[in-house]
Amino acid sequence: MLRLVSGRVSGLLARRVTPAVCTSSARPASHGHAPDVSPAVDMSRPMYWDRRDVPLPDRPFRDELSAGDKSLKEKEKGSWKQLSNEEKIALYRLSFNQTYAEMKRPSAEWKTVLGGVFIFLGFTGLVVWWQRVYVYPPAPRTFDPEWQQKQVQRMLDMRVNPVEGFSAKWDYEKKQWK
Amino acid sequence: MFRAVFRLSATGARSLARSQQCRLAPVATRCYSHGKVESDEEFDARWVTYFSKPDIDAWELKKGMNTLIGYDLVPEAKILDSALRACRRLNDMASAIRILEAIKDKAGPHKDIYPYLIQELKPTLTELGISTPEELGMDRL
Repeated sequence: MLRLVSGRVSGLLARRVTPAVCTSSARPASHGHAPDVSPAVDMSRPMYWDRRDVPLPDRPFRDELSAGDKSLKEKEKGSWKQLSNEEKIALYRLSFNQTYAEMKRPSAEWKTVLGGVFIFLGFTGLVVWWQRVYVYPPAPRTFDPEWQQKQVQRMLDMRVNPVEGFSAKWDYEKKQWK
Repeated sequence: MFRAVFRLSATGARSLARSQQCRLAPVATRCYSHGKVESDEEFDARWVTYFSKPDIDAWELKKGMNTLIGYDLVPEAKILDSALRACRRLNDMASAIRILEAIKDKAGPHKDIYPYLIQELKPTLTELGISTPEELGMDRL
């Protein structure tokens, strides 16, 4: 009960729930299923997690030990000074799947994300361009250069914003922009 | 309108009186509802005692370590010493190495904590024959 609760709690906490599907302790799966369906994991038993905040998971990674592993486990009961470095690493790998360094390794996911963002921005740009060419009606005549010139002249004649704004920038004596 | 003003000022005075009362509380510096704060030494002593249990079992070791790592702190060297000795009693070398990896990760950006702890634990590590992850080359990919 406690184990199930802790499993569910860590499931809620985990951003990406990836329990190591260890074949040694999964139930024997039927052989007739599709090749890309992973074998059923028995969720009622303690599960193994590689998590930075749960250093010692509920069960060791490898449950079923070969004869060599068993003799190593026997040697572990004696003084640890007689274990070689390779044996210590082997013992670690029996209990744990990934080291912390392997757990924390950076992924290249950011490239996928950034690439996706640019693809969608580019597609949006295409859509906007197509709209500009095929959807927009012709511009009103007030946008013609001749109309704009006459409009500016009219604004200057009216003295639009003569103190700080538009007409203030026009030199009325020299008839040019300041 | 004046009646509403009076009502507002009355509630204002009442809440002011309440906060004044809180500030005069003698024991706590903050307005805790109850309970006293455990000091650092008490916390350390509690955890050293937990791992020092002579017949500690594997579940208790796992539960203790996972809980300890869940706290917002890096455990003191004496707690880790006690935990490593518990691993020795349980004949679990792998967990001992895992604990060292976990506290290095726990220190986060403070890169000077882990070397300090290893230095403090060096006598225990040599006595029990525990290799650090660095010695085994497990801190690299």
